[in-house]
Amino acid sequence: MSSKAQLAGRQQMNNSRKLIVSHAPFIHIGSSIPQTSLHIILAALPAVIFGGLFRYGASAIAVVCFSISTAMLWEIAINLVSKKPISVGDGNAAVIGLVFAMLLPSTAPWWFVLTGTFIAVVIGKQIFGGIGSNPFNPVALALAILMVSWGDFLDFDEMYRHFHFDFAPTYPMAAWKHFGLDAIDSVRLGDLLVGRQIGGVGATCGLALILGGVYLMIRGFIRWEIALSFLGGVFITALVFNIIDPARFADPFFHLLTGYTLIGAFFLAPEDSSSPVNFVPMLIYGALGGIMTVLIRNIGAYVDGTVLAVLVINLLNPLLDKIRPRALGKVK
Amino acid sequence: MLLIEDHTENSHEMILQKGDPVKTGQKLSLTPDSQAYAISTVSGTITQIEPFPGESGKQFTAISVSASKDVSLDEDFATYCDTPSIQGAVDLLQCLPGSPEFEPFMDKDNPIQTLVINAMDQDLFVITAQYTLKAFFEELAQGIQHLKTITGVDHIVVAVPQDAIHGYGDIGASVISIGKGYPEGLPHLIAQRVVGHEIPVGKSFQALGLAFLTVEAVASLSRSLQNRKLAQTKLITFLDKKGNRSLISATIGTPVGDVLKHFGLSLNDQDRLIIGGPLNGYSIYSDTFPIKPDTDAICLQDKDAVALVSDYPCINCGDCIRVCPARVPVNMLIRFIEAGEYEEAAESYDLYSCLECGLCSYVCVSRIPIYQSIKLAKYELQSAASREAADE
Repeated sequence: MSSKAQLAGRQQMNNSRKLIVSHAPFIHIGSSIPQTSLHIILAALPAVIFGGLFRYGASAIAVVCFSISTAMLWEIAINLVSKKPISVGDGNAAVIGLVFAMLLPSTAPWWFVLTGTFIAVVIGKQIFGGIGSNPFNPVALALAILMVSWGDFLDFDEMYRHFHFDFAPTYPMAAWKHFGLDAIDSVRLGDLLVGRQIGGVGATCGLALILGGVYLMIRGFIRWEIALSFLGGVFITALVFNIIDPARFADPFFHLLTGYTLIGAFFLAPEDSSSPVNFVPMLIYGALGGIMTVLIRNIGAYVDGTVLAVLVINLLNPLLDKIRPRALGKVK
Repeated sequence: MLLIEDHTENSHEMILQKGDPVKTGQKLSLTPDSQAYAISTVSGTITQIEPFPGESGKQFTAISVSASKDVSLDEDFATYCDTPSIQGAVDLLQCLPGSPEFEPFMDKDNPIQTLVINAMDQDLFVITAQYTLKAFFEELAQGIQHLKTITGVDHIVVAVPQDAIHGYGDIGASVISIGKGYPEGLPHLIAQRVVGHEIPVGKSFQALGLAFLTVEAVASLSRSLQNRKLAQTKLITFLDKKGNRSLISATIGTPVGDVLKHFGLSLNDQDRLIIGGPLNGYSIYSDTFPIKPDTDAICLQDKDAVALVSDYPCINCGDCIRVCPARVPVNMLIRFIEAGEYEEAAESYDLYSCLECGLCSYVCVSRIPIYQSIKLAKYELQSAASREAADE
C-alpha cells in the first residue's frame, strides 16, 4: 500500500467509526440506586401488608400511599426550587415515605403525614445536599420532631380507640411503661411475632420485618453488621436490666418484638448516608443504638426510644468512622 | 504501525525520515540519544511519522511502515546472541512480546536481589499469561537459565495461579502460588508475598531489590535466543461483544482492526474497543491502533453494553470499602478528590495506597468514576510536583 493510500485508508476508518472512549473499568456489577430503593421497598412490603393492611384495612393503605406520594412530591418541589435535576427517580424519596408511614398509626391525620414527609425529605435530606449528604436518618428525624411536637398523634392506644381487634388493643410498650409488668402479663411473644399487637402501620409484624431484614442483609442492601449489632445491643442491655430487677424490667424478647426495635434495626439504623462503613465502627454504632434504645425505654421519659437512639448514633457516625484499618503500606 | 513512547518537536534531531527503508528486527528510535525505541516487525519503508497521543497524557510517536515482500533481517540481534549482556538487553530486548524491562538490573545503587516472573493475568477474563505458562514450559525453563546469565540474579521466583502450582519443581526457580481471584496477581500484591511484608507507600520495587518480568517476556526471550531472531508475535486474549474468548497470536504493530477483520467482526458507531482487560485496560479511539508488546488483551464492547458513569453523589453504602484490596477509605477519598483537595486526599485518605485495580468503580452503586478520579488526582499531584521542580 502506498503511503497516500494508507493515509486515506486510515482517515476513512477514523471517520467512519466513532468509538466511545472512556475510562476503565468498562464493566459494572449492575447495582444502582433505583434498584437498591426498589429492593428496600420490596423488603418492607410484607410488614406493611401483614402488619398494616390486614390489621387496619384501608386506612393503612391511605397512610402509606399518602406518605409515599407526598414524600415524592416534596422531593420534586425541592428539586424545582433549588434548580437541581429531578431526583425522584432514584426511589429514595419513596423509601423515605414508605418507612415513615410504617412508623405511624393508620389513623394519623393527613396534615401530620404531610408535615412528616416535609421534615424528612426537605429538612432531613435535601437541605443537606440531597441523597448521600444527610447526617441524620431523615425518617428518624421527622418522627422525632413530630413526637415532641404532637406526641398525642403517636399514642397508639389513643389513635386506635375506635378499632375492634380480636386481641387486647393495647400498645404493649406503652402498657409496660405506664402500668408495669403486670399489664403485659397476657402478651405472648408469638402474638408479637405475627403482629397481634397495635403499633405503627408496618412496625408490628415481627416475622415479616425479620423476613425483610434478612433479605436485605443477604442481598447486601443493608449492612448486616449494623442491623445485628443493633439487635444485639437491645437484647443484651434489656437482659442486664431484666436480671438486675426482673420485677420491674421486661424481658429482652419483649424489647426485640415491640415498639420500633425491628424496623429500627433493619430500616432506620442502617440507612447508608448516616451510618458508618468500616467494620468496627459499624459494630459500635449498631450496639450503641441498641443500648440507647433500651436505656431510653427503661429509664428515660419516652415510651419508645428507638428513633431518638438512631439520631444519637447518627450524630456519632462521623466520629466512629474514623476508626478504620491502616491502608496498605501506609506508615504511621 | 509501531508506537515509540517518545516525541520530539525538533525535526532536525529526528534520525528517522519518511521513505527510509527498515529491516525486520531493526531498532527504531527518534533521536540519537533517545532511550525509547521500537523494533520493526516487518521489512519495508517508513510511510508516516506522526505524533500519537496515548492514554493518560502519554506522548507517542507513531511510525507507519509499509511492508514489502522481501524480508531482510537486521543483524544486531544475531550479534547480541553471541555475547548476551544486560546492556544489550536494555538496548535491544525491551520490545519483546511481554514488554520486559531490563533497566532495573542496571542500577548499581539498588541491585536487584530477586527477579519475579509473573505468570498471573492482570485483569478479569484475560488468559494470556495462564496459557503461556502452560504451553511454553520448556521456553520458560530455558529463559530462566538465560536470565540468570544475563542479569546475574540467582534468586528467581515464579508467581503462578493457585491451581497451576503442580509440576513446576524442575523449572529452575522457586515457585509461589498466588490466589486465583483478581486482583491478587497485581505486581504490588505479589511483591508483598515475596518480601513477606507490606510495601511502604512510595517505596519502589527497585528499592526493595525486586524486578518483575512477565512470563511471556521470559518465553519470548528464550525463543529469540534459540532462533537467533527477535520474537515478534504477541499472544492476546480477545473478547468479542458476546463475551466469547479467543486466544490469538499477532505480530506486534498489527492494527487492531486487522484482528477484528480476522474474526469477521465489524465495528459500529459508539462501540468500545479496549486494550487490556475490562477492569484496568484503556479504550482506544481508532481501530488503527497497533498491537503493542504489552497488549495482553483486546475487548470489543457493543454500544448497548457500554457501562456508563453518572454524576450522582456517593451515598456512603460502603461497597467500595469492602472490595478494596488496599483498605483505602474510598468513600472519604472520593469526596476529597471531587472537591479538588488532592493533597488532603493523599495525606489523610491514602490516595497512594491505591493499587489501581478498578474494583471500586466496578461495584459503585452511584456509578461514580472513582478509578478515573483517583488517577486524575495522582496525575494532578504529579504535574504540580514537576511544575514546582521546574520553578526551582
